[in-house]
Amino acid sequence: MELTEQRNLVHKTRDARRSISFPKLSPAERDSLIKKYHPDHRAHAYRPIIFGPNAGQLTVTEVATLLEGESPVPADLDLTPDYSVDVLVVGGGGAGCASALHAHAQGANVLLATKLRLGDSNSVMAQGGMQIAVASDDSPVQHFLDTLKGGHMKNDHQLLKVMVEEGPSIAKWLLELGVLFDRDADGNLHVKKGGGSSKARLLTCSDYTGLEIMRVLKDEVLNQKIPLLEFVAAVELLSDAKGACTGAVLKDLDNNRFIVVAAKTVIMATGGIGRLHIQGFPTSNHFGATGDALVLAYRLGVPLVQIDTFQYHPSGGVYPEQLVGALVTEGIRSEGGHLVNAKGERFVNELDTRDVVSSSIIRECEEGRGIRTPSGRVGVWLDTPLLDVEHGPGTLDKHFPAMVRQYERYQVDIRKDPVLIYPTLHYQNGGVKIDVNGETPVANLFVAGEASGGLHGRNRLMGNSLLDLMVFGKRTGILAAERAKSLPNSSLTLDHLKRFRAEAKRHQVSAGVISPMVLPAYTNK
Amino acid sequence: MPDTLDKKHTLNQEEILQPKMVTVEIEGKPFQVPAGITLIKALWYAGQDVIRGVGCLGGFCGACATYYRTKDDPKVKTCLACSMAVEDGMSFSFMPAFPARKATYNLLELKDPKQDLFALYPEAPLCRNCNACTEACPQNIDVREGVWKAVFGDFKTVSEMFMDCVMCGLCAPVCIADIAPNLVALYASRAQGVHFTEKPEGLSKRIEEISDGRFQQEWDRILKLSDEELQNTTASTT
Ligand SMILES: Cc1cc2nc3c(=O)[nH]c(=O)nc-3n(C[C@H](O)[C@H](O)[C@H](O)COP(=O)(O)OP(=O)(O)OC[C@H]3O[C@@H](n4cnc5c(N)ncnc54)[C@H](O)[C@@H]3O)c2cc1C
Ligand code: SF4
Ligand code: SF4
Ligand code: FES
Repeated sequence: MELTEQRNLVHKTRDARRSISFPKLSPAERDSLIKKYHPDHRAHAYRPIIFGPNAGQLTVTEVATLLEGESPVPADLDLTPDYSVDVLVVGGGGAGCASALHAHAQGANVLLATKLRLGDSNSVMAQGGMQIAVASDDSPVQHFLDTLKGGHMKNDHQLLKVMVEEGPSIAKWLLELGVLFDRDADGNLHVKKGGGSSKARLLTCSDYTGLEIMRVLKDEVLNQKIPLLEFVAAVELLSDAKGACTGAVLKDLDNNRFIVVAAKTVIMATGGIGRLHIQGFPTSNHFGATGDALVLAYRLGVPLVQIDTFQYHPSGGVYPEQLVGALVTEGIRSEGGHLVNAKGERFVNELDTRDVVSSSIIRECEEGRGIRTPSGRVGVWLDTPLLDVEHGPGTLDKHFPAMVRQYERYQVDIRKDPVLIYPTLHYQNGGVKIDVNGETPVANLFVAGEASGGLHGRNRLMGNSLLDLMVFGKRTGILAAERAKSLPNSSLTLDHLKRFRAEAKRHQVSAGVISPMVLPAYTNK
Repeated sequence: MPDTLDKKHTLNQEEILQPKMVTVEIEGKPFQVPAGITLIKALWYAGQDVIRGVGCLGGFCGACATYYRTKDDPKVKTCLACSMAVEDGMSFSFMPAFPARKATYNLLELKDPKQDLFALYPEAPLCRNCNACTEACPQNIDVREGVWKAVFGDFKTVSEMFMDCVMCGLCAPVCIADIAPNLVALYASRAQGVHFTEKPEGLSKRIEEISDGRFQQEWDRILKLSDEELQNTTASTT
C-alpha cells in the first residue's frame, strides 16, 4: 500500500475511533508488556561492568565501554591552575544555568564551562512543559504518588519529596525572572494534563517551555556577568589526597588545549546520553548528550544508580527522513491525539506512561501492524488532525506552533495529515548517585539535572525533568557556594586516575576507547 | 534503527533503493551528497567536522544559523541548518558569530522598563523600516513590527510574537540601524513577565500551604506505606 492510502485509513477511521476509550493497563499487564517489548529488557544489549564502583552490574554495552574507557589526560599533565574559583559549574543547560545563578547569588566566585554555546542543550528543546502541583485540586503528595507509580516504585523517596515540595517555589523564582508561563483567564497558572499524571499539572509556555526558560536563564547568566567558557568540555576531574574533588581538567575544543581549573566545589550538570545511540536508536537529544558526567564521576569513584534503564520516548519522528529521531511533542497525546496502527485501530491508552506506550508501539511494529516509510523504517500514526476536529479549527496552530513549523519545513501539514512516529532514545532514567543536596558520595562533587540518578526511578514522568533541573540546580548551587566559603584551597592531583588506570590494567581492560566521548563522531572520514 | 528496517516491505521507490545524489556548494566548494538530508548532515557527509554551528539538532537553539541560495535564484535566504533539507544546486555557509551588543540590566531594579528601553538600547527607536530583519528570520517572526511594538511600549505583544524566537541572531547583521532585534525583544518579554504580569494567587497560596505544613499529615501517612499500598493510594486534597 502507498503511504497516501495508509494515511487515508487514518482519516476514514477517525470518527469511529473517537467513541472508543482505552483503559490504562493494570500494573501486572504493564510489567508483562514492558518485559516483552521495552528495549530495557533486551538482554543481548547488556553486559556487566568489569571494574569500578558498579563492577558486576549490568548496563548497555555503549555505556559500559565508556565507563571503562581511557582518560585523554596524560598522567604527567602540569596541574598549575589556569583558573582558581569557588564553584566550577560544568554544563550550560537548565541545571547548569540554575546552579550557576544560585551559587553566584550566594556571593561565590563561579566559573561556568560548557561544551557548545551557553544553552545549547536538551533543556532548550523541552516542549511539553514542567510539572508543578499548583492547581487547587492537586497537591505535592499526589505529584509524589504519580511520579512513584510512573517510576515503577523505584524512585528515591527523599529526592522525590524534595522535588515535589520545592516545585511551587521554583515556579515563583522563574516568574520573578520573567518566564512567561501560560495563564488562565483568572491570572492563575494554566495547567495541562501529562502522560502518567492523575491531575493537570504541566506548566507550559506555549510549546516552547524549555526555550522560554533557557532564553531567560541565559540572559540572566550574562546579566550577572558570570564568567563563562564556551566550547570547553570537562574531560577529567581533579582530587586531593583525601579523595575529595578539587577541580577539573577541561579541554578547549577550538584549540584542543587543556585548561586546569582549581575549584573548591564542582557541580556537574552535563545532561544525558542520547548521542550514544544505545541499541542503535535514533535520539531526540542535542549534539553534546554523551554522558560525560557518568564517566568523570565514575573514574573518581562515584557509584551510578539505575544505569540500566533509559527512556525511549514514544513519539520520535520516522518520516520525513530529516526528522528521524526528532521529538514529536507528547502534548499532542495530552490533548487527545490517537495512536493508530496500520489497520486503522488504536492500541493503547495514549496517556499511559512512556514505557508502556513505547512498548506497545514496538509491539505493533514487530507484529506487523506498523506502517513502512519509503526509506524502510516502520512506525505508527499519530493522529494530529483529530485535535482540530475535537477542540475546533486552529487548535494545532495555537497550541503547537513549534510542531506545525517543524513539519511545514518538509511540506507536511499536520493540520491535514497524521504523522508517523516510533520510539526515540530520549532520557537517562538513572545516573550519578546524589543525596538531597545533589552531593555525590565523593566530597565536594555535586551533580544536578539529567546526569544525576535516583529521582525518576525506572521511568521518568513527562515534565518532571525540567522541575528536577531547577530544584537540584538551586540546591547544588546554594550548598556548593556555602561549602566553598569554609573550605581551604586543597591540592590538585590525578591520584584517582592513577588508581583507575591500575584497576583497568588488573582487569586487563584495554578497550582502546577514549572517554568521555564529548561529541559523537558523525563526520565521514 | 536497525530493528525497524524492513527490506521486504519497503515501498518500492527507486530513489530509496539507490539514494539519489545531489551537488551542493558548501562555503564555495562543491560536494556530492544524498538528496534530502539536512544541511548539517551534508557537512558531515562531506567530511567536515562541525563544532561551531551545531547545538540541539532540533530547531530550537539557533546555533546553526545559515545563509543559503537555491539553484539560479539570486536571493540569499536564511535557515536553520539542522532543519532544512539539501536540494540540487544549493549553496550554503554558516553565519559566523556576530558581535551584537547585549545590554546588561537588573530587571527587578528597573523603575520604568518601557522608558528604560531607550537607555539600554538607544538604537531601538532608530529603526528605518527596511524590513531586512523580518526577511532574515527563519522563524517567520515579523521582527520589524516587533521592534516597533517594543519602542511603543507594547511589551505584551512583543512577548507573544517572539515566543518562537530561537535567538539565532540572523536578524542582527542585516540591520542598517545596528539594532539586535532579538535582544530588544528578549528584554521586552522579560520586563513584561517581571513588571506587567499579575502574580498568580493560586501559586502563592500553595507555597503558603507547604510552608504551613498543610500536607504534613498526608506525608506522614503515605511515607509509612509499603510499595503495594502506595500503588493503590491517592492523596486527599481536603
Ligand atoms: C527534545 C526533548 C524534549 C524534552 N521535553 C521535556 C519536557 O517537555 N519536559 C521535561 O520536563 N523534560 C523534557 N525533556 C527532558 C529535559 O529537557 C532534559 O532532561 C533536561 O533538559 C536536561 O537538562 P540538563 O541541564 O541536565 O542537561 P542539558 O540541558 O542537556 O544541558 C547539559 C549541558 O552540558 C553540556 N555538556 C555536556 N557534557 C559536557 C562536558 N563534558 N563539559 C562541558 N559541558 C558539557 C551540554 O553541551 C549542555 O549544554 C526533553 C528532552 C528532549 C531532548
Ligand atoms: S527574531 Fe532574530 S534571533 Fe529570533 S529567530 Fe528571528 S532571526 Fe533569529
Ligand atoms: S533591519 Fe533594523 S532598520 Fe531594518 S526594519 Fe529591522 S530593525 Fe528596522
Ligand atoms: S542545531 Fe539547534 S537550531 Fe539547529
